[in-house]
Amino acid sequence: MSRATIFQARDLQVHRGSARVLEVPALDLRAGEVLALMGPNGAGKSTLLLTLAGLLPPTAGTLHFRGTRLHSRADRDAYRRCMTMVFQDPLLFDATVAQNIASGLKLRGLSAAERQPQVEDWARRLGLGHLLHRPAHQLSGGEAQRTALARAFVLRPEILFLDEPFSALDSRTRGELVNDLSHILAETGTTAVITTHEQGEAARLAHRLAVMQGGRIVQLGGLREVLNHPEDPFVAAFVGMETLLKGQVVTCRDGLLFLRVRKDSGDRAMVALGEAQPGQTVLVGVRPEHVALSLQTDNTSSARNAFPGTVTKVIPHGPFFKIELDCGFFLTAFVTAQSLSELDLQPGRPVVASFKATAVHLIRREGLDAQL
Amino acid sequence: MELIWEGLRKALELLLRLDPEVLRITLLSLKVSGIATFISVVLGLGLALTVALNAFPGKRLVIALMNTGMGLPPVVVGLFVTVLLWRNGPLGFLGILYTPTAIILAQAVIATPIIAGLSLAALQHLPPGLRLQILALGATRTQMIWLLLKEARLPLLAAIMAGFGGVISEVGASIMVGGNLKGSTRVLTTATVMETSRGNFEIAFALSFILLVLAFSVDALPINLQQRSRRR
Repeated sequence: MSRATIFQARDLQVHRGSARVLEVPALDLRAGEVLALMGPNGAGKSTLLLTLAGLLPPTAGTLHFRGTRLHSRADRDAYRRCMTMVFQDPLLFDATVAQNIASGLKLRGLSAAERQPQVEDWARRLGLGHLLHRPAHQLSGGEAQRTALARAFVLRPEILFLDEPFSALDSRTRGELVNDLSHILAETGTTAVITTHEQGEAARLAHRLAVMQGGRIVQLGGLREVLNHPEDPFVAAFVGMETLLKGQVVTCRDGLLFLRVRKDSGDRAMVALGEAQPGQTVLVGVRPEHVALSLQTDNTSSARNAFPGTVTKVIPHGPFFKIELDCGFFLTAFVTAQSLSELDLQPGRPVVASFKATAVHLIRREGLDAQL
Repeated sequence: MELIWEGLRKALELLLRLDPEVLRITLLSLKVSGIATFISVVLGLGLALTVALNAFPGKRLVIALMNTGMGLPPVVVGLFVTVLLWRNGPLGFLGILYTPTAIILAQAVIATPIIAGLSLAALQHLPPGLRLQILALGATRTQMIWLLLKEARLPLLAAIMAGFGGVISEVGASIMVGGNLKGSTRVLTTATVMETSRGNFEIAFALSFILLVLAFSVDALPINLQQRSRRR
């Protein structure tokens, strides 16, 4: 993405008491991109979001918006009119839906006649056209959050910050809202930063993904890059790479690595793409969605890895089932309900798990042995 | 029972023919307690906003003091204000002891902590993120404060009414700093005390009736508004 940078944060630090809760050396936002911040509770996602939104003055560091440093209170006040934020709690005013959507415009001194068409337009775009005159306290959770989104979008923000906007909603409502939000973000080209702990939400909405831990950004990159090529075990585990195995390089030829992941050396090697020295220890990750299950080894498949094993657990997982396997090592696979019944998957069932060499992700870095 | 019925009958008569003395006492009560409440709203709401919107060392102590102040006994306030305004006291030069101004001062001292304490509770009851949400919608600081007050309007109104209800029905301080002087500092409560001690029950009943109506309407107003807004 070669878009212009519209926001720059440098050397940000936020302290709470004597504890440092945020430390971000550099973060840029590019015009039109959606950046998702992921991480466990207490990782500093919301703190970073509030700091970027100018609502929490950092202890140290600088913020630049469109080349201007946000220094004085006047700068920050001016910046606050260029951005807006939607929180997990919709925080609607005790007024009607229409009055709520209009509130930011009213604060900017727009007349009722100027406000009305915009309010109606955004209410319609978020499916609230029939609820305009309903008091906010009579709305369902989903309707309330739609109102909060309309109240934000009607301001045509240059940057929209969203702090776990859907985590208080049931999964169906959340799915609908994520869908609508992704369309609106694409249509309007709004630059947005969203915090979430739902990997699926990030995958639907974001262009770039930052994974945070302990107040720092551990990895920042394109969505696919972070999801498929996590740089360390924490990120890997966090982005849903559930199978993480310690392996040793046996041989390396033609860009293919042959790894030993089981203790008994006689077994089949796992094949991955990459270059490494024989004898080197690496961490191997396989995403459950990249693992296919069958009842016998399929010799016609292009998958270079096939491991016989037994099903140990079947766990419902949203629209799929997650199957935990014992192949001499721990492995997980996602299957549909149809596959579950066709293959009669249940604990004790022998199956063959196969995946391509390209699905095997290697994590190599200094001090890995000490971490494992 | 005879005494009560006779008293109530005469009281109704006094009210219906708008007895000038009863009218004067009622209007003075409303004026004095109204002004005292107004002063307390300015001071109490200002204090509540300052405490609610700022973090400072000793904040908990200030909140504890505000809550303690809500229970100030009017007689104690009356004593201190009297001493303060006494001819050779620190504010004696003002010469306002035994004037309506002195009652207003004493009642403002009583109502300010009530309004401050209840307003603070009302503001603290708002969702914690609301202030940031309002700022994120582009509000200036003044707009933010206005919107917060608007969101808390019903409990704030209840706080103001509690302050007014507290001082209109208060007797100790009014009698001490006002002196219950006929035509000058005689208010509903002090007049009721006097007429009762003299055995003029019909006038005491009439005054009490007015006091009751005032107290009821003060309590009923915020409740009604709250009900109406829920039904809207």
